Amino acid sequence: MNSTLNSGVASVSAPFFYLLAGLAIFGGVLVITRRSAVHSALALMGTLLAVAGLYSTLSAPFVAGVQIIVYAGGIVLLFLFAIMAVNIERSDRDGRFRRMWPAVLVASCGLLGWFLYAFAKSRALFPNRMMTLPVSSNVQDIATMLYGETGKTGEYTLAFEVASLLLLAAIVGAVIMTRKKADTAINPATALATDPAKE
Amino acid sequence: MRGVPLTDYWLMLPMAELTIFALGTLLIDLMVPRQWKWINAAGAFIGVLFATLCLWRLQSMLPRGATGFYNALRVDRFAIFFWYLFLAGAALTIPTSARYLDIEDEHDGEYYSLLLLSVVGMMCMAAGIDIVLIFIGLELTAISGYVLVGFLRRDRRSNKAAVKYCLLGAFSSGIVAYGFSLFYGLSGGTNLAIIMRAVLGQNPHNPVVMIALLTTMAGLLFKIAAAPFHQWAPDAYEGAPTSVTGFLSAVVMAAGFALLIRILVFGLLPLRSVYTPVITVVAITSMAVGNFAALSQTNTKRLLAYSSIAHVGFMLLAFVAMGTAQLGSAAFFDGFKGILIYQVVYILMNLGALAVITSLRERNVIGDEISDMAGLYRRAPIEAVLMLLFLLSLAGIPPAAGFIGKYYIVLSLIEAGHRGLAALAVIFSLIGVYYYWKVAHAVLMRAPIEKERLHIGFGMRVAVGVTALATIVIGVYPQPLIKGVNWSLGIAQPPHAAALGK
Amino acid sequence: MVPITTFHYLVVAAILFVLGVMGVLLRRNLVIALMSVELILSAVNLNLVAFSRMWGNLHGQAFAIFITVDAVAQTIAGLGILIAFFGNHETGQ
Repeated sequence: MNSTLNSGVASVSAPFFYLLAGLAIFGGVLVITRRSAVHSALALMGTLLAVAGLYSTLSAPFVAGVQIIVYAGGIVLLFLFAIMAVNIERSDRDGRFRRMWPAVLVASCGLLGWFLYAFAKSRALFPNRMMTLPVSSNVQDIATMLYGETGKTGEYTLAFEVASLLLLAAIVGAVIMTRKKADTAINPATALATDPAKE
Repeated sequence: MRGVPLTDYWLMLPMAELTIFALGTLLIDLMVPRQWKWINAAGAFIGVLFATLCLWRLQSMLPRGATGFYNALRVDRFAIFFWYLFLAGAALTIPTSARYLDIEDEHDGEYYSLLLLSVVGMMCMAAGIDIVLIFIGLELTAISGYVLVGFLRRDRRSNKAAVKYCLLGAFSSGIVAYGFSLFYGLSGGTNLAIIMRAVLGQNPHNPVVMIALLTTMAGLLFKIAAAPFHQWAPDAYEGAPTSVTGFLSAVVMAAGFALLIRILVFGLLPLRSVYTPVITVVAITSMAVGNFAALSQTNTKRLLAYSSIAHVGFMLLAFVAMGTAQLGSAAFFDGFKGILIYQVVYILMNLGALAVITSLRERNVIGDEISDMAGLYRRAPIEAVLMLLFLLSLAGIPPAAGFIGKYYIVLSLIEAGHRGLAALAVIFSLIGVYYYWKVAHAVLMRAPIEKERLHIGFGMRVAVGVTALATIVIGVYPQPLIKGVNWSLGIAQPPHAAALGK
Repeated sequence: MVPITTFHYLVVAAILFVLGVMGVLLRRNLVIALMSVELILSAVNLNLVAFSRMWGNLHGQAFAIFITVDAVAQTIAGLGILIAFFGNHETGQ
């Protein structure tokens, strides 16, 4: 994999970046402030799609694709289903935010300020150079890292295998948490019987 | 691309074995009728034994440890030590769970599967030196934990505990990930060795380095329930099935400490002038919050949760000693030894105490209030005596093993010149004696509410017996354990090389 | 105009991170709190991909894939737990 040094010239046009960044941040604000969970979910989808766009500007087409398919397509959908199943649409009682919101808001602004100050002060650490990553072989290169090549293991193959266990644990967990008692029977007839119990 | 030599696969063999047994348990569970669900427990237990055997062979094959998988997995003595510890913790948790879950009518094989997968994750945490592997291992343990805490699906407390734990766990994982991303940005690599080299080249007080360090630490401290990030622990420990509480508070916490040591001592040692003051504050706060809050608890599991927080604070003091002492000096090693010894001892006494509480579960009695322990001496005399032993150990009173752990940490503090902290630690421990005494008092002297004798399963007897035996043996004759810890730290070799686990 | 550098991406990520932190700590609605965790993880991913480009290697992008996997797993487990939680209660809070 070759990366060439791109002498400081931004490869994304500024308005495009600001548009995507603005969408992402605006979406983020909506997520945490909407009264309705469904609105928040849709705002989340907007943010995630904008972030996917930002990945594209960073020469990361595969990650952008994964972001769209998995995050925006999968996770937000999961959220919407869960919201429907649980009927947690609106939070009218008690208000949207917890009591301590002024304190946390101030602290968060302070935190953000500290982060921005740190990043601004350390621009030397994050030099203006931007290496140009080869985009056309991006998927193949990442795949090589994760899965390796014929007869060889990739750099992150062990982590990849453990990640599959992670997904297994999550799925097993979700099934346990949400199944009805009748499903533990090994008799398929009883397992498939509709259970009128509320869930 | 180099590829990975075949010998590297040996390194992950214990993890692979546990995985196979976890998967097998999931399958067997489908075929087993209700009365025979204990087969899952037996299968999981055999899996743990196999993995331990495998680890033993691995250890004899690679006496000085090895690194593999592109330097992602480092099974050095430190890792082997903790792997044994995790396996022991799992082996002690499995027998105590069977009867409890049966009464709760939630005796599913998935419980044991998740337990085993959790151990796999912990192994990645202890042996991983690549932040990707570490993070995935961390998450595997965490997610298995969320589900295990909420395993009593019809119990509101369990649900609530799981929700709280899950939300704050996910939050802390996100924070750790942010810290890791900054470390990647500073170094261009995901390996702790590369990160350390990059950090060495920076000024430790560089704001970005500090943000990276503090976010990583904040997330990790969440995981071990150190104050001020302890809010989730009392609810989670109280609501979880009692056998899970033991696993969570002892074994998962040990993994958290292993991870903390890997990152702070093996990876970010150059930054110790920055993180040591933070840890000092966290340690003192934890001890204060834990000890004072425990004084007023009536629920034994909540009491043990707060006592956990206090113990975590005590263990964090060892980091203070290690952080301020000369590398390779007596104080440094005593602090290191102290944490490792304390981990072993803590797992034993915590699992033991919680096993006793688990055995109190009957059809109509949940058994986690102090009053439920009343008159235990009359209902199950042997168990009562062993419970007293565990309480003694928790309070840090010789000749129980808890004393040895505290001894080394206090010693290291004094050697590092922190006499005030050492005194503070001892004072806080003395406060602890009061609430442990409250439980002991109930066990010994109060009249029993339930008059009948306690029925204790075979597995439980063995588990409690083994932990109690170990507690008293270590308390009276700690030399073998100390030798084991010395071995795992590579002491008796040139100190600096030993400190890096060579 | 100022060329867009890594710094800009870091700023966006930091803002998303802080928004996510606020969401988790402040929202009573548990599903929205979980969504805020997704914001945090998106911020992490943005950091990683931006740094990946800065350093010229793909480790950051690979790590980002793993973070995505983790986000999925957390969402699955978290929503499962939430559904179990609300199955036992009357209201949605």
